Amino acid sequence: MEVSMRYQKMFDKVSANNHLAYIPFVIVGDPDEALSLQLIDKLVENGADGLELGLAFSDPVADGPVIQEATLRPLANQFSIQAGLELIGKVRKKHPDLPIGLLTYANLVFAQGIETFFNKCRDVGIDSILVADCPVKESQLFSDKAEACGIQLVFIAPPDASDETLEQIAQNSKGYTYVLSRKGITGTEVAASKASTGFLKKLRQYQSPPLIQGFGISEPKHVFDAANAGVDGIITGSAIVNLINQHYNNPQIMLEQVGDYVRSIAQAAHTDHANTA
Amino acid sequence: MSLNDTNSNKFEYEGAYIGQYGGQFVPQILVPALEQLEEAFETAITDDSFLSELNQLLDNYAGRPTPLTECKTFGKTDNCRVFLKREDLLHGGAHKTNQVLAQALLAKRMGKNRIIAETGAGQHGVATALACALLGLKATVYMGKKDCDRQAPNVFRMRLMGAEVISVDNGSASLKDAINEALRDWASSYDDTHYLLGTAAGPHPFPKMVKRFQQVIGEEAKKQILEQTGQLPDAVIACVGGGSNAIGIFADFIKEEQVKLIGVEPAGHGLDSDAHGATLLRGSEGIIHGSRTHILQTGEGQIRESHSVSAGLDYPAVGPEHVHLMTSGRAEYVGITDEEALQAFQDLSHAEGIIPALESSHALAYAKKLSQEADKPTVLLVNLSGRGDKDLSHVMGILDEQSNNGAEV
Repeated sequence: MEVSMRYQKMFDKVSANNHLAYIPFVIVGDPDEALSLQLIDKLVENGADGLELGLAFSDPVADGPVIQEATLRPLANQFSIQAGLELIGKVRKKHPDLPIGLLTYANLVFAQGIETFFNKCRDVGIDSILVADCPVKESQLFSDKAEACGIQLVFIAPPDASDETLEQIAQNSKGYTYVLSRKGITGTEVAASKASTGFLKKLRQYQSPPLIQGFGISEPKHVFDAANAGVDGIITGSAIVNLINQHYNNPQIMLEQVGDYVRSIAQAAHTDHANTA
Repeated sequence: MSLNDTNSNKFEYEGAYIGQYGGQFVPQILVPALEQLEEAFETAITDDSFLSELNQLLDNYAGRPTPLTECKTFGKTDNCRVFLKREDLLHGGAHKTNQVLAQALLAKRMGKNRIIAETGAGQHGVATALACALLGLKATVYMGKKDCDRQAPNVFRMRLMGAEVISVDNGSASLKDAINEALRDWASSYDDTHYLLGTAAGPHPFPKMVKRFQQVIGEEAKKQILEQTGQLPDAVIACVGGGSNAIGIFADFIKEEQVKLIGVEPAGHGLDSDAHGATLLRGSEGIIHGSRTHILQTGEGQIRESHSVSAGLDYPAVGPEHVHLMTSGRAEYVGITDEEALQAFQDLSHAEGIIPALESSHALAYAKKLSQEADKPTVLLVNLSGRGDKDLSHVMGILDEQSNNGAEV
């Protein structure tokens, strides 16, 4: 099955203006179904070029305390994976051209049958899937089936990976490659540092798809650092989810704060970075 | 008679997998740490200086070899003799010490001076704390808040030996969450930190490595039972939570196909209740904590909480090799309820003057069942994986409650 062209079109558009792509992250169904849809609308209205949406999993080992806390809300509300995928289907209907990535854990893919899961994802309009606990060396379990179902599998490139691993990541990652500038788990407690130019260059030499940096990006300054290092886009997750954690009992404030925050990062991303790179 | 080579290869690891189970399902960031560990492990086990240092510690510090004790009355019938492999007598009070000493030595070889570990009941945490005290390593032990509360003496033991104990209050606040937290720590600390995982589960190379460092249990037991009875046992019986004591005593018998291997899972309130830890018997295939294995989970793949009266068996997954041993038919897995385990806990204490751990009591309860059914001469080898001192206040509470309820009726 053919993959969608949404990522490619998005990257073409932002790079034509020397912008970075901005992809905000939230957990689907958090704090509840209706507010989750409103939050996602806020992300798009305030400048998101794409979305990274997380499915709540009981054991999110790659996530820090902020995203763990958010994960508990859909789980406590018995908000199912099926409901999460249906919610994403609604987002897709509203935003037919927006690249939508899913962030999940291996067991959620495996439990329903890998092909069944990927087919459901494709049917609701998901473009890419990042399996947080599937390193590239275990990719064979998922990659053929993803390709057959028209799903782009995304892999994470850590800053200290060997050349051999970087080559495998670059060649297996589809849609984009998720690059890290630091070790550890998600969260803003440890800020992103500027990614090493050599590391990014290697990924490009190995013909990686566009490079999006995540983990520890929370301020406009980090966005400029990322542009300076030479990535194609950035993801912010914990900084947004932290606002949801703080204000979910007061939806109006939550939506405003998330909107304001996303706009500030989007402005930094959508600056002409031609002279900073 | 031994299995021929083709068949016995079925029970060897191929890379990260045993059969279709195992693997390295961890965030990409952790892969180099696992690869470094794998290399250090494979080199160490062919290095005489490592092995002699380890054996010296096992013999002179931990107290190996442990005895094999024939029960005078427990499970003894005209047809049946029950032998206990006495890991309860190992320093630390359980089999955990064997592999902890080995991994702590490996950590030193890798130049890592900090150890992190998870613990459920606290036995692995205690073993980690003692090994780190002995070898001059800094220890941080993650323990679910619920477990910290119900195993307070073990928390004190760890702190007494210099370990930092971190109470984990997220998720279900039990063992699986402690593992999650240790993995999160390791994702940023692996340069100077070794994750000393406590059972034969988790990502490769842990299942293979923990088996290798626990197989001394079965090697000794085999020699001892041959000396004492002149024959191999008819069955080897061990409890299975993550599965390290079971794989340790099974390992040297896997090729002896006439020896039955029986793993005993915690059936909690009953295998058909929703409160048990019978991952092999009632779980399904999935991926958790780095490994493709069996898990207690919902249809959508959320991990369910397990239950057992014994904290050490209270884990919703299991080591991958046990899944392979089960699906290949080489080992059989059965369930023993909380109630049956509590009975065996008391029975062995009365009959033999040995207070077993609640975990091991599951294996004992099943051995007793088998002994009563034996219609021909039968020799049973049971891994008495730990001693019951840690369980005294817990069992006392349960028995008090039972006798109070009984008085009301």
